[in-house]
Amino acid sequence: MADTHTAENQTAGVSEQDVRHVANLANLELTDQELPRMVRDLNSILNYIAELNQLDTAAVAPMAQVGEMLGLTPDGAGNTLRPDVVRPSVDRAAVMAAAPETDGRFFKVPKVIER
Amino acid sequence: MSNALNLETLTLAEARAAVVEGRTSAAALTMEHYERIATIDTHVHSYLALTQERALAQAEKIDAAVKAGGQLGPLAGVPVGIKDVLATRGTVTTAGSKILEGYKPPYDATAVLKLEAAGAIVLGKLNCDEFAMGSSNENSAYGPVMNPKAPGHVPGGSSGGSAASVAAGLCVASLGTDTGGSIRQPAAFCDVVGVLPTYGRVSRFGLIAFASSLDRIGPFTKNVADAATMLEVLAGPDPLDATSSTTAPQSYTAELAKPVSGLRIGIPEEYFGEGLNDDIRAAIEKSLDALREQGCELVKISLPHTKYAVPTYYVIATAEASANLSRFDGVRFGHRSAHSETLSAMYKNSREEGFGPEVKRRILLGTYVLSAGYYDAYYRKAQQVRALLTQDFLAAFHKVDAIVCPVTPSPPFKFGEKTDDPVQMYLEDIFSVAASLAGICGMSVPCGYTRDNLPIGVQVLGKHFDEATMLRVGAAIEAARKAS
Repeated sequence: MADTHTAENQTAGVSEQDVRHVANLANLELTDQELPRMVRDLNSILNYIAELNQLDTAAVAPMAQVGEMLGLTPDGAGNTLRPDVVRPSVDRAAVMAAAPETDGRFFKVPKVIER
Repeated sequence: MSNALNLETLTLAEARAAVVEGRTSAAALTMEHYERIATIDTHVHSYLALTQERALAQAEKIDAAVKAGGQLGPLAGVPVGIKDVLATRGTVTTAGSKILEGYKPPYDATAVLKLEAAGAIVLGKLNCDEFAMGSSNENSAYGPVMNPKAPGHVPGGSSGGSAASVAAGLCVASLGTDTGGSIRQPAAFCDVVGVLPTYGRVSRFGLIAFASSLDRIGPFTKNVADAATMLEVLAGPDPLDATSSTTAPQSYTAELAKPVSGLRIGIPEEYFGEGLNDDIRAAIEKSLDALREQGCELVKISLPHTKYAVPTYYVIATAEASANLSRFDGVRFGHRSAHSETLSAMYKNSREEGFGPEVKRRILLGTYVLSAGYYDAYYRKAQQVRALLTQDFLAAFHKVDAIVCPVTPSPPFKFGEKTDDPVQMYLEDIFSVAASLAGICGMSVPCGYTRDNLPIGVQVLGKHFDEATMLRVGAAIEAARKAS
């Protein structure tokens, strides 16, 4: 199966540099100990996922969730939206109680703008 | 204290009857469970937190209602446990992760409120794999759960605590969640009943999201009738979850009494191939024989895309997880790193310190399959195969009323056996993820033991929103086994 082989080569094979790039996109800072294991595991998983290339799906519409397939909802996309009206929400004090750092009104974070 | 009730075998129906008929009080039953937890759960490790104050306040309400002779809910006085991915107001909710250590949500999940409105008593929060990612409970940041029915073996995952607590009599029923098999597989491993409702049947509001198009909440119980009672309480639309369905729920408990005679049961050839453990195969065949004897027609069917279900699942579930878990950034709740000199360092260090290895692995994979240049090759491709997998089931359900097959290819495994190779662990989901992707309902029912005395579960799959037929088939299998 020459085609499958090419597809696998094309889609599998991530390098340490690739994993570092993806980690950066995901806001993860991998340690030097974690990195080689992640490269090994991701390659192993991606190799397995490459089996999907055996299927010709050119004519198949992608499916995000089952509701759209069944067409049971008013919007046809699987959602039932509630009326857009103002209603009571969770109390601010209760939300702020769980914040790592707050002045009671806002979430505090390190300085964003350098000068 | 005289212990009239055997908590290990106490069913939901028995517990409610004992409270309603005044043979015990809700408060006494609650305390008996806490005493049992104090002695046994040091070993099982199914609970991460106990909610004693909330439980006793609710028990007092139930006992007052019993005394007043008022209307009592279908779960009146029934002690339950809640998987720690469901928000409980003012009670620590960790999702099995260090990143949420000590987090107290400001609201309750709809499913929890529905149980309490029906009279249930919430005993505490149950251990699970971190963010429900795992098949063995070895990914919990707070240590694994033991399998009470198979010492030395994993309880399954990710709802390991939910299954083990019911199996060990540490609650009468529990809530778990299932994204790719996380209710059905631990139910099979721990010898209890576990139900995966149709996608949209039970509100997900207050569930800490892993993969939003797949996540579902469902009950663990000691028998099928109890599961029907739980599902009847949980089912229904919720304005707070736009994907919850407005399709009217069936009357599961009433439907359960109908005979299964005349039902067409599909046997998917792809689920009985090589690699299926001999003892599991024999136990499933025995269940099928029992259904035939009760008048079911057994029909061989094919679900041709089955072998693609696991790779499809691991693209879609990780893609959605990478997006969902971006909310854990140290800003609004959860862990914030002490090393947060800049905003970027705060994000990265908080996440690096807070997430465990499997969660990081899945975030990385999910980010990769969604990243520029790979979206079409992976994510779009997986969504297309998902449509094919769903069409397999829709076509099959033209010919049959329910499908019966194994839950897992092999019995409970030992701790550490599959932790080194993620693909080996993911293959644990081979018979469960297709139903997850297709959004149909499913359940695991205990159906026997291996020669080594390890529990075996049989999986019953039903049409979208036809839990009633699925539960009837499950009950028929259960009844035949009890009679033999």
